[in-house]
Amino acid sequence: MLIGFLILLVFQFAGELVVTLTGMPVPGPVVGMVFLLAALVVNGSVPHYLRVPGEALLKHLALLFVPAGVGLMTHFGLLKQDWLAILVALIVSTAVTIIVTALILNPSAKKLHKVAEDVSGGEGR
Amino acid sequence: MEFWTFFAAKPLMWLIVTITTFIAASWFNRRLGGTPLLHPVLVSLFLIIVFLLLTGTSYETYFEGAQFIHFLLGPATVALAIPLFDHFERVKKLLLPLMLACMTGAVTAAASALLVAQAFDASLGTLLSIAPKSVTSAIAIGVAEKLGGYPSLASGLVLITGALGCMLAPPIYRILNVTDEAVKGFTLGVSAHGMGTAFAFEYGLMAGAFGGLAMGMTGAFTAFMLPLLVPLLGIG
Repeated sequence: MLIGFLILLVFQFAGELVVTLTGMPVPGPVVGMVFLLAALVVNGSVPHYLRVPGEALLKHLALLFVPAGVGLMTHFGLLKQDWLAILVALIVSTAVTIIVTALILNPSAKKLHKVAEDVSGGEGR
Repeated sequence: MEFWTFFAAKPLMWLIVTITTFIAASWFNRRLGGTPLLHPVLVSLFLIIVFLLLTGTSYETYFEGAQFIHFLLGPATVALAIPLFDHFERVKKLLLPLMLACMTGAVTAAASALLVAQAFDASLGTLLSIAPKSVTSAIAIGVAEKLGGYPSLASGLVLITGALGCMLAPPIYRILNVTDEAVKGFTLGVSAHGMGTAFAFEYGLMAGAFGGLAMGMTGAFTAFMLPLLVPLLGIG
């Protein structure tokens, strides 16, 4: 459990380090996530001591958004000024994204379904 | 009142307020059948902001306590690699159509939002905060910060996008005649991140698994794609 948490922190640190050294405009934790994914692919499985703390964090992921979100209270001026632009942009863009993604994937639907079922067997996910 | 002044200045107080509010909001949401319109995070934000305004507490004072929760966002983002790996192993053979759908969807989401907001004369800070609106807050908060937007505005817009995705997807699927669970789930994960994934589980476990995969892929791809797309659209 503790060693798994340490691994997450070390991968985050490695990500931050690469971002700082290269000046890449990408968040350090995202680079750390890519590194961890690569390490898991090389390793071939997720060790139990990493899965336990990792899934514990992800189970409560939504709570972790609250402190940053409360910062909305410092942007009331911006919201008042741009609310219409934001509202229209979010509605149009979300609808268009759903349409585009579904249309691209729909022709492969049968193949997707079959492979997913083959791999998961009776397990269902 | 002295009592209040003493505790209001303590980081511990805001830690307790945050967690208590979130637990209450989650309970309330479950009682209402898990509607994405009253997502626990949206309800928590509303309640905590009202509380801070009523008590005259600044965001800085609040964040002194809440930062301990905020800190965990970093390791949690790294941990997203775990479900991504699990799903990845299952659908390796289908990676090509899935990557194509994820990348096109991610570019469409960001570009269409930016172009529409720009057409409505949104300010630069708003544009840079709206760009990552389709990916999980864990990633969007960091991306908005890197782009020069406002992380807190970005996290709010992510939540609204998630709720919109859950509302818009079912009628669009009916019109386009999309019936396959895997397609439905993946599309929800691309367009509405974790909230779409949670919603996809109502179509079935397979839809949920594809949603989770889409959310992770789209998040990672968007973080690398946006720094290129934003200047390409002449923003910033």
